[in-house]
Amino acid sequence: MGAAARFLLCRQGVNKGGRGWHWTDVVTWIWLVGGLIIMFGPAVWLAFSSFKTPAALAEFPPSILPYVTSQATVEGYDKPLQLYDAKMPDGSTRVLAEVRRIGLVSQMVDPQAPGEIVRVNMNDRTPVRTLSFATSNYTEPFVHFDFLRYLWNSVFVTVVATLITLVVNSMAAFALSKYEFRGRSAAMLIILATLMVPLSVIMVPLYSIISSLGLFNSLWGVILPTVATPTGVFILRQYMLTIPDELIDAARMDKASEWQIYWRIVLPLTAPALAVLAIFSVVWRWNDFLWPLIVLSRRELYTLQVGLSIYSGELNVQWHFILAMTVVTMIPVVLVFIFLQRFITTGIAGTGLK
Amino acid sequence: MSTASSPSRLGALLMTPVHFVMRLVDAPLRGLQKATGIGGMAAFFLAPNMLIFGIFVLLPLVINFVYSMTGGTAFFLSERQFVGADQYARLFTCGSYLDPMSCQEDAFWTAVGNTFWFVILQVALMIVTALITALILNRDLAARSFWRAVFFFPVLLSPVVVGLIWKWILQRQGLLNFILYEFGGTEPYTWLTDRNWTFAATIGVSIWAHMGFYALILLAGLQAIPKDLYEAAEMDGTRPARVFWRITLPLLAPNLLVVVVLALIRAVQIFDEVYVLTGGGPGTSTLYLTQYIYETGFASVLRNPGLAAAASILMGVVLVVLTLFQLGIGRKQENKGKR
Repeated sequence: MGAAARFLLCRQGVNKGGRGWHWTDVVTWIWLVGGLIIMFGPAVWLAFSSFKTPAALAEFPPSILPYVTSQATVEGYDKPLQLYDAKMPDGSTRVLAEVRRIGLVSQMVDPQAPGEIVRVNMNDRTPVRTLSFATSNYTEPFVHFDFLRYLWNSVFVTVVATLITLVVNSMAAFALSKYEFRGRSAAMLIILATLMVPLSVIMVPLYSIISSLGLFNSLWGVILPTVATPTGVFILRQYMLTIPDELIDAARMDKASEWQIYWRIVLPLTAPALAVLAIFSVVWRWNDFLWPLIVLSRRELYTLQVGLSIYSGELNVQWHFILAMTVVTMIPVVLVFIFLQRFITTGIAGTGLK
Repeated sequence: MSTASSPSRLGALLMTPVHFVMRLVDAPLRGLQKATGIGGMAAFFLAPNMLIFGIFVLLPLVINFVYSMTGGTAFFLSERQFVGADQYARLFTCGSYLDPMSCQEDAFWTAVGNTFWFVILQVALMIVTALITALILNRDLAARSFWRAVFFFPVLLSPVVVGLIWKWILQRQGLLNFILYEFGGTEPYTWLTDRNWTFAATIGVSIWAHMGFYALILLAGLQAIPKDLYEAAEMDGTRPARVFWRITLPLLAPNLLVVVVLALIRAVQIFDEVYVLTGGGPGTSTLYLTQYIYETGFASVLRNPGLAAAASILMGVVLVVLTLFQLGIGRKQENKGKR
C-alpha cells in the first residue's frame, strides 16, 4: 500500500495476514473523517462567514464563500444598477443591468449601450456575483468600537497574569520541593484542596473582597485572584523533585544565596515545566469569562471575551462585526493549537489536569 | 546546562524580563537570608503564593458562610444584617416538594432540575463518545498525533467563542438549516427559540467543546494497558467484542471512573458557553445553577448576595462530595497497587 492509501485507511503498516477491510476499519474511517468535519467545520464556517457583508449574511440558503452581487453605474441612471447574467431568446447569455422589474418581466439595458431596453423574463436572469472579502468587518470594530481597547485589555491580562503565575508558582514549588520545614505537607494539602473550590462557589464573597481592596473595575482585580494556580504549583513541584539536591548543596558551598539557587539553578532546569505552565496559563487567562464579567462593568475595561458576549447579547446583533471579532479572539488559541498543542496534550495525559 | 530543546528555549525567552528583575532583588534578599537563615527563606518563597491563596480562595470560602446568613443588597459585610438560616429556609420553602414551581425560589429549583438533567445526559453521552474516540485513536493509526489533535481542537477554544460559533450555526440562516435544506429540503427553523432544541443544543455544544479532553485522558489509560494481554487474546482467537468487555473495559475502569467524576464536577458548574449561546432561555429552559447564582448575586435588579451565597454553598457541598468520591477512588487504586 502506498502512503496515501495507508493514510486513507488510517492504518500504519501492512494488514496482518493480508486481510482486506474489516468493519472496524470502516467505523474508524467514518469516525475520524466525521470528527475532522465536526471539530473543524464550525470554526471554518465562522471564519468564512466573517468576510461576508451584512446582506450576504442575511441570505438563505447561504453561500460558503463570501460573494457580493455586482453593480454598475450606467449612463443616464442615477443609482448604480444590479448586474445580471441574462439568457437571450437565441440561447446566448449577456451581462445586463436591471433598470426596473414589472411583474415577471425585467427591463434591462446593456451597460455599454444604455439606449436600448431589453425585456427579459425574470426567471431567465441570475445575479452576477463576484468573490469579495468584506475586510471592513475587521477594521470597523477596531476603529469605531472599542475592540482595540478590548484586545489590549485581553493581552495585558493574559501576559501579566502569566508572568506573575510563573514567578509565584515556581517560588512556592521551590519551597515545597527543596526545603524541609514544619507544615510543608499541610501547605501542599491546602494548595491541592483549592482545586476543589471553583469560582462559581466563591464568587459572591470574592467580589466583596475585590471591592474592599479597591480592585473592582480594574484589570488587576481580574488578574490577582487567578495567579496562584494549584495546578501550576503541582506541575512545577513534581518537576523540581527530579532535580538532584546535590546541585543545590554544591551551589551553597560556592556561597550562592538561596535566591540565586532559585533563579540561576532551579528555574533554568525547570524550563520545560515552566513552558507547559506558561502555555496553559495563556490559554486559561485569554479564555476567562465569568470572573472578568463580574469585575469589569465599565466598557473601556472589557476583555475581548466580555466585549464579545455583551455585543452579541444586544437586541440588534451586528453579526458581521461579531463574527470578525470572534475570529480575532480565536487567533492566539489557534496559534497555540498549531505550534504548541503537543505540549498541552502531553501535559494533560501526564497529570490529568486542565 | 543544556537548553537545546524547544520548550527550554521558549521558557528562556519568556523568562528574560523576569531574569532582569531577579538580578536586582538579589542584594536585599541576601540580607534577608542573613537575618532569617535558610528556613526563613523557605517561608519567603512560599509567602506570595500562600498570601494570594489566603486572600482570594480561603478567605472567600470562609466568609461565604457568613454571607449566606446575612440579608440585604449591600456587598460589604459590615452593612449586612444577620438573618440566621433565613436564606436557606427561603430556598427550601415550597408548597409541594414534588413541584418546583410551587417553591418561593422557583428559579432556583428550575435551575437545579435543569442542571440535574443536563449533568446526567451530558456526562453519559460525552463519556461514551470520548471512549469510542479513545478506542479508535488507540488503533494502529497512521498520523495518530494528527487525529488526536483534531479531536482536541475545540478544547482550547474559549467558551465565549464556542457559544458564538454555535449560535451562528443554529441561526435561521445558519449552517445547520443550510445542510438540512440542501439534503432534506427542510424549511429553515429557528432552533434557539425552541425549549427542547435549546436544551439539546447546550448538551451537544458542551460535548463538542470538552469531549477531546476526556478522550485524551482515556487514550493515555488505554496505552497503559499491557500489550501482551492483547497478544495473548489474539493467539487464543478471542473475538474483538470479547476482548473489549473482558480486557479493555476492566483494565480501563479506574481511569473511566476518574474521568466520569471529573466530567460530573465540570458539568455541575456549566455556565460560560450556555450563557453566550442561549442566555438561559428561552424562558428558563437552559437556566443552570451557576447562572442562577450569578444573576441572583450580581445581575438582577433585586440582587440578593446572601441568597446567592447560600445557593453556592449547596452547590459546593455537591462538588465536595464528588471530589471526595474521586479521592476515594484514587486511594482504593493505590491500595490495590500495594497489595
